[in-house]
Amino acid sequence: MTPTHYLLLSALLFTIGTVGVLVRRNAIVLFMCVELMLNAVNLSLVTFARIEGSINGQVMAFFVMVVAAAEVVVGLAIIMSVFRTRRSVSVDDANLLKY
Amino acid sequence: MGVVAQAGAALPPPSGVLAQQSAEMPSIQYAAVAPLMIVLGAACIGVLVEAFVPAGRRWPVQVGISLLAVLLAGVFLGLHAQEINTGATTLAETLAVGPATLFLWGTLLVLSFGALLLIADRSIEPGGAFVAETNSVSEGRPPAGTPVDAPGAASAAVMDRAAGAVGMRTEVFPLTLFSLGGMMVFCAANDLLTMFVALEVLSLPLYLLCGLARRRRLLSQEAAVKYFLLGAFASAFFLYGLALLYGYAGSVQLSEIAAATAGSLRSDTLLFAGLGLVVVGLLFKGSVGPFHLWTPDVYHGAPTSVTGFMAACTKVAAFGGLLRLLHVAFEASSWEWHWVLWTVAVLSMVIGVVLGLTQQDIKRMIAYSSIAHAGFLMVGSITLTDRGLAATLFYLLAYGFTTLAVFGVVSLVRTSEGEATDLSDWAGLAKRSPLVAGVFTFLLLALAGIPATSGFMGKFAVFSAAFSAGMAPLVVIALLASALAAYLYIRVIVLMFFNDPDPNGPTVSVPGAFTTAAVTLGVVMTLLLGVVPMLALDWASVGGFVS
Repeated sequence: MTPTHYLLLSALLFTIGTVGVLVRRNAIVLFMCVELMLNAVNLSLVTFARIEGSINGQVMAFFVMVVAAAEVVVGLAIIMSVFRTRRSVSVDDANLLKY
Repeated sequence: MGVVAQAGAALPPPSGVLAQQSAEMPSIQYAAVAPLMIVLGAACIGVLVEAFVPAGRRWPVQVGISLLAVLLAGVFLGLHAQEINTGATTLAETLAVGPATLFLWGTLLVLSFGALLLIADRSIEPGGAFVAETNSVSEGRPPAGTPVDAPGAASAAVMDRAAGAVGMRTEVFPLTLFSLGGMMVFCAANDLLTMFVALEVLSLPLYLLCGLARRRRLLSQEAAVKYFLLGAFASAFFLYGLALLYGYAGSVQLSEIAAATAGSLRSDTLLFAGLGLVVVGLLFKGSVGPFHLWTPDVYHGAPTSVTGFMAACTKVAAFGGLLRLLHVAFEASSWEWHWVLWTVAVLSMVIGVVLGLTQQDIKRMIAYSSIAHAGFLMVGSITLTDRGLAATLFYLLAYGFTTLAVFGVVSLVRTSEGEATDLSDWAGLAKRSPLVAGVFTFLLLALAGIPATSGFMGKFAVFSAAFSAGMAPLVVIALLASALAAYLYIRVIVLMFFNDPDPNGPTVSVPGAFTTAAVTLGVVMTLLLGVVPMLALDWASVGGFVS
């Protein structure tokens, strides 16, 4: 496989994540789709690093992982607090803020 | 910052030999990054205070630490402004501090000082606007099936009583400082990776702050979830753009991307896809145009003081980052993406004004007004001239003060159930409290851009800079939009002055010292910058970004 294939795979994963965020209802699943997008980016970064022959992209992937971990902490805390008051994590139920 | 610094050291030069890189400490120009280190250091101390200081004494300690830290950072900024104005890159070239960045830092520090005053206020809402300290009681109580889903009033009152309505959660102060630190890094980042990390450092605390309102818990939590999910979605776009630009330029350094746009062997698809995705991430944060969907909901649901902080400071940070990116990295390719951002600017103005006219809630209306203002800021951002840059920086400063004071005033008008944000509640406010109505009128006129207010000077500077940069059609659209937007504000003014108050309507709280100080700061600066704009315009024109 040439590196280009990995880039295509990464674009595909990113698209799946994007579509997932747009069509799914469950906040946790939405969140997982965002994580999928981040990991698709990681694949891109590592592939580009391979093409460049430099290690920068791989180091960046670590940064992305750390940031994603921090995001999980905050995100799950928020989703948990909503679940406690609403007994539901569906984003369709959260409909108080609108016109 | 330590993390960024070390990783900067671990990154080999792009020529890239894989093995045997000895990690050496990057040199740090402490004078340049002192304000940043003070703010982030104080945030860390704030976390320790949460852990070790008894609950009763936390509030004064936290307020003291955070206000002092922002003041001290401002003093350091002032002391070193002269020597750094020539520009300095530090921390292994991850941060570039120059005149424009210093101006943005100054803006952020002053605005967040005002926002911290609003956040610290405990006089308007007894105990403060944030969830109470002994929150576990209320959190555990709603059993399934009880009507806790009623928005706001009833359930919030029940929860309040359960919580005993004592002091408030003081985590908000370190969270605000972390967010401020992230914003400062964001405006100074010299590579996209630092920018991404800063973006998250500024966003994650904001997501939490949005969900911490004492009243109307459900609205507040809903705002937090929406902001978080959409924010994470947008930062994923930013990140993918980063990866594509890395593939295009072989580096994420802004200066090397700029060099690559002058002539790279790689396909332009990578460049424009990458640029587009990165800019989408930034436009989201700045609540511009078609990426604004979160703005009204989050401004509405978040505690009003936090909304003030978001509206003023996040906008400065997002536009600071955007300006920096466009000026440093993508100036050479500007004629290819120019028209896209033209469209975005027009869309943002139109969406802000037209949808703003249909709103029935004062916080949502101000949110749409901020989207329109983001459109005006875009006009200045895409001129890519020094004059346009100075004008946009000035606009950011002026708008920040005004919007901060606006949210300060919004928090004063209350019923027994909390803030009265519905527009109908504001009818006849002038008969109840002429002073508050007068101040609010002045602020709304500043938002509309009436002469003798900072809003007018900001718009004048931005539009004339755009005009001289050859963007006459865009300026005409912007003028039309601001004329239409004036109706948005005058509607509220008429409502306050020429309608009869509802006898059961809201009362105007007498603000405590903190809110009074914040609103006064905003009003005085709005007037001052409108009468003698040269105070800030001269400083904004000192120079551009360095890389």
